[in-house]
Amino acid sequence: MSGYILEMNEISKSFTGVKALSNVNFKVRKGEIHCLIGENGAGKSTLMKVLSGVYPYGTYEGDIVFEGSVQQFNKISDSVQTGIVIIYQELALFPDLTVYENIFVGNEVKRGNLVDWNKTIAEAKKMLKRVGLDVSPETLVKDLSVGKQQLVEIAKALSKDVKLLILDEPTAALNEDDSENLLKLLGELKKQGITSIMISHKLKEVISIADQATVLRDGKTICTLDGSSGEISENMIIKNMVGRDIEDIYPKRPHKKIGETILELNNWSAYSTELARHVLRDIDFHVKKGEIVGIAGLMGSGRTELALSVFGNPKNYKLEGQLKVLGVEKTFKHTSDAIKSGIAYVTEDRKGDGLFLIQDIKNNITAANLNAVADKGIINENEEVKRATEYKRSMYIKASSLEQTVGNLSGGNQQKVSLGKWLFVGPKLLILDEPTRGIDVGAKFEIYTIMNQLISEGMSIIMISSELGEVLGMSDRVYVMAEGRMKGELPIEEANQENIMQLATQ
Amino acid sequence: MGFINEARTLVKENIRDYGMYIALFVIMLTFSIMTDGLFMSSRNISNLLDSTGYIAVLAVGMTLVIVIRHIDLSVGFAAGFLGAIAAILLTKMGLPVYVTIPVILVLGIFIGLFNGLLIAKYAIPSFVATLAGMLIFRGALLQVTEKTGTIIIKDDAFNAIGNGFIPSLMIVNGLHLLSLILGLLSILFYIYSEISTRRNKIKYQFDVVSKGIFTFKLVFVSAIIAYVTWILAGYNGFSWTVVIMLLVVVAYHFLTTKTVLGRHIYAVGSNPEAAHLSGINVNKITYMVFGSMGMLAALSGILFTSRLQSATTTAGTLFELDAIAAAYVGGVSSAGGVGKVTGAIIGAIVMASLSSGMNLLGVGVSMQYMIRGGVLVAAVLFDVITRKKRG
Ligand SMILES: Nc1ncnc2c1ncn2[C@@H]1O[C@H](COP(=O)(O)OP(=O)(O)OP(=O)(O)O)[C@@H](O)[C@H]1O
Ligand SMILES: [Mg+2]
Repeated sequence: MSGYILEMNEISKSFTGVKALSNVNFKVRKGEIHCLIGENGAGKSTLMKVLSGVYPYGTYEGDIVFEGSVQQFNKISDSVQTGIVIIYQELALFPDLTVYENIFVGNEVKRGNLVDWNKTIAEAKKMLKRVGLDVSPETLVKDLSVGKQQLVEIAKALSKDVKLLILDEPTAALNEDDSENLLKLLGELKKQGITSIMISHKLKEVISIADQATVLRDGKTICTLDGSSGEISENMIIKNMVGRDIEDIYPKRPHKKIGETILELNNWSAYSTELARHVLRDIDFHVKKGEIVGIAGLMGSGRTELALSVFGNPKNYKLEGQLKVLGVEKTFKHTSDAIKSGIAYVTEDRKGDGLFLIQDIKNNITAANLNAVADKGIINENEEVKRATEYKRSMYIKASSLEQTVGNLSGGNQQKVSLGKWLFVGPKLLILDEPTRGIDVGAKFEIYTIMNQLISEGMSIIMISSELGEVLGMSDRVYVMAEGRMKGELPIEEANQENIMQLATQ
Repeated sequence: MGFINEARTLVKENIRDYGMYIALFVIMLTFSIMTDGLFMSSRNISNLLDSTGYIAVLAVGMTLVIVIRHIDLSVGFAAGFLGAIAAILLTKMGLPVYVTIPVILVLGIFIGLFNGLLIAKYAIPSFVATLAGMLIFRGALLQVTEKTGTIIIKDDAFNAIGNGFIPSLMIVNGLHLLSLILGLLSILFYIYSEISTRRNKIKYQFDVVSKGIFTFKLVFVSAIIAYVTWILAGYNGFSWTVVIMLLVVVAYHFLTTKTVLGRHIYAVGSNPEAAHLSGINVNKITYMVFGSMGMLAALSGILFTSRLQSATTTAGTLFELDAIAAAYVGGVSSAGGVGKVTGAIIGAIVMASLSSGMNLLGVGVSMQYMIRGGVLVAAVLFDVITRKKRG
């Protein structure tokens, strides 16, 4: 025995037009936490899909050796049977089913031919205890926060006698507390002998948890860093990932030119008939020309709701209070009204309500402002392709061509398309909701640079973010929200991790 | 060598688009052989296309309805009912054709908009809302034809829509001259537009297919247009039904592929939430698509009534299902956002060819239904499999 639970040797995988992996070598020791890192589109998710049988044996080249024997998975259930369970970038739970149903779906506890529900619930309780989730197994999954849903996914994996647990960006959608919980849990599982592979773009996490870290770039293995010899440091990771040094991941803006007030909210409240409660209460808020305003807060504190209530109110909240754009009071009946007033909103959920996944990059980029490339309602296709190409290039979107389906892009590149779509509109005020979720350091740097560029051209940005580093590194002013209320406003000079968290958890 | 390879990758990448045409070709060839060429005779092809007309226009509208993730079950009896109203306007009220037709089309639009209102504004599932419409129009059709039974139409101009042919100007060697001229003009127009698109693309430095493939495509498509024109010209030339059908396809093809509205329809189909957040008025698109469906149902009613030269109590029965089948054979996907109007027409022609060929061969009605059902499943299955492979 080599001490390796998993060896992936010389793995290559191509899609029409793209070579996603070329001769990748990836070795994982038994009982360790191994992080897989690399830029957007480096091939991390693809490698894990090869491993778990999403891409069946024969559609890739190379060998998978698990516990000493060569494996040929034809479908996902083959890998599950062997003890390899993957939790995808997008959660795969059934929101309208209960926690216990979700844990045992496809793996039902049976007595004869029938499902034994009592035993199922008892087993589910055990699993929940193992992952430290304190909810009743009868709760519906949709009533849980994302962080807790993540734990249900892990409970589901444990119920399948997992030996190797793979997590694809598990903390991307979690706040700091939930992330910390999750990492602690991985540590616990490690003590129980479970090996984990974790993909993450959050370097701090990688540094704190990884025993080893393998870096992929452009579909190739760059190196494997060892934690015990202190190789896993921010500098080493970035250098190997990006292929160059990045001095300061929050680029500085040389001169700030703050102008007149673009958007102002007074006594702004929103009532959701669906939830039968106020999602926003008595908010006073403003953004000036040329500034980046950060909004910090925990999940569910009302930040996205605030953005939506301003952006044409697509959720049909009952609104009260005053909204002024450039000093003029406005009521938006539809998102198109808000867009006309120069407001753009880049959603936090790019797959759910940001992108047209089955359409190509070009159609996505021009979707919100087709009239810019049309004459009397008729699209000038050449002009459209030309403009879209410019955006693809200036945003460094990595794809085989403009005609690539957006659903096939890596997560980070999808985010860039989603941002590109709104820059194409040319707004005065850009609302970014979690703009760098699931994005690699290099691309983050690029997006921050683009933000600074936009600001210097006179745009204003509202940045909703759960990453405190980003809020502190990029904003000119910080608002903190909790429970649908504005808890405080801090000039950037006074803001720090402690006082923001204190306001957010008040 | 390069030519063959390029052709092969093109077919591979566009198998979903080409598959339908290949299927149509195979069906036509098979029937031709089995009927000793009777199937491809001028008379039969002319009849086949005329009997496709009223389903084909419905299939075009239905494709867009399915693209935005809805369904319209009311169109069959709506077509029957509007056809009966047309008959009443012409015979009882004595209105001229040029008044009747616009009135019926506008009525159709209103019916469609009403469906759209129920579906978009009141969020009634389209299946239910249009099922109700189906029952209502079936009743309405019976009601207006109750006293008279079948209403015979004697208006020659109206009856020509479903039975007449465009004037020939002159017969040359037994061929219909105006049809030949129209055929030639469409070939010239086709070649011109292809070449100018290609020029433009080269100007902007985009990828284009090689010269060989491009010429091959031009020759191939031109040959098909020429052949169909030739066949039709040997009988009575282009019928008004075929002309109307072509106009509908060209108009809808342009609308869906070249306009902002068309792009918005597909955006709503592929992700309604994202469309809303992109400033697209999803309700408005729903009204438009159902309004257009209503108008096409009216057109279908006119074509059918005119073809029978009368309004009957059962007109429109099962049209909606034929249209849905044609749309699916034509490659539309119920998941939304996918499907072309040209596909719908081909789908309709495939289904009509099956009926026509089997009639010529004397296959019984019971067998015909089962075979058409089988083809529908096969078409969708092919679609699903090729999509999985490519995805
Ligand atoms: N089904 C597909 N068809 C075509 N190309 C694909 C497909 N799936 C992935 N790719 C391409 O393969 C490359 C690797 O993608 P992958 O999703 O593995 O990246 P990743 O490292 O997980 O990135 P991220 O951090 O952004 O999630 C990308 O260039 C992507 O566009
Ligand atoms: Mg990924």
